[in-house]
Amino acid sequence: MKWGVVRFPGSLDDGDSLYAIADVMGQDARMLWHKDESLGGVECVLLPGGFSYGDYLRTGAIARFSPIMKSVAKFAADGGLVIGICNGFQILCEAHLLPGALTRNRSLSFICERVWLRVENASTPFTRAAKQGDLLRLPIKHGEGLYVAPEDEIRQMEERGQVILRYVDAGGRESDAANPNGSMRAIAGVANQRFNVFGLMPHPEHAVEAMLGGVDGLKIFQSIAGSAR
Amino acid sequence: MQVRVFVTPRMGILDPQGRAVESSLQSLGFKNVSGVKVGKYILLEVQARTASEARDEAKKMCEALLANPVIEDYRFEVDGE
Repeated sequence: MKWGVVRFPGSLDDGDSLYAIADVMGQDARMLWHKDESLGGVECVLLPGGFSYGDYLRTGAIARFSPIMKSVAKFAADGGLVIGICNGFQILCEAHLLPGALTRNRSLSFICERVWLRVENASTPFTRAAKQGDLLRLPIKHGEGLYVAPEDEIRQMEERGQVILRYVDAGGRESDAANPNGSMRAIAGVANQRFNVFGLMPHPEHAVEAMLGGVDGLKIFQSIAGSAR
Repeated sequence: MQVRVFVTPRMGILDPQGRAVESSLQSLGFKNVSGVKVGKYILLEVQARTASEARDEAKKMCEALLANPVIEDYRFEVDGE
């Protein structure tokens, strides 16, 4: 499968994402520049974490207007696979490719820790290597990861299975203490209605080798690799 | 023409900054304060012949970029109004 990782000014996890896909997974992956309009024939676009455009105005608000985002929107509309991690998730929400928005953590603090996530829907191209209810241990590192959407929209998303990952405790239970940033319904990752666009605040690319503290991130990359059209 | 845009967290959206400022004010002794919201104030110069033309432009800018309607409300003032 051919992957493209978009590098925006201020991207941070672009190199680690490329490493996870190309070096660890052995997939064909290339960096894409935010000013490019061509996606170079890739089959999956990854928007990495970081602080694109310094997070000016709102996280992801400026990156959304990068030339490449027009092509990403068209690619998504044609059914192409798009995954946004952390700042990538924020960009996808600002670009209206995913519902909702990400705003300041409830604690007002930047959080950097490992969390437990429960796979709520394992029948998507991004989670098919996992089973429903599986727990993943992944790192988060963000100041603005509180997921918000209108109540009725969240209800519809839950019904349609668009809530893909939720923050839980080590036993897989939801609790206020296990919700690191105060996200509505402890939502950590969502997909669009067609299930070809996925955004998540945790970082699978930082959990792909035992020496990094865990390999649960591979589940996400393996799922996508197995979804090649 | 100067346009002044005010962007604030939407009603019903958790505003941890507003809440933190409110509790700090209360601990300073301002017990009569409530409903604190922290937002943004954006100043713009817009080339326009009339205030209503500037208004139309400002509205478009707010909807396209300056505010995110999922989490924020906006209002603006135009010079000469």
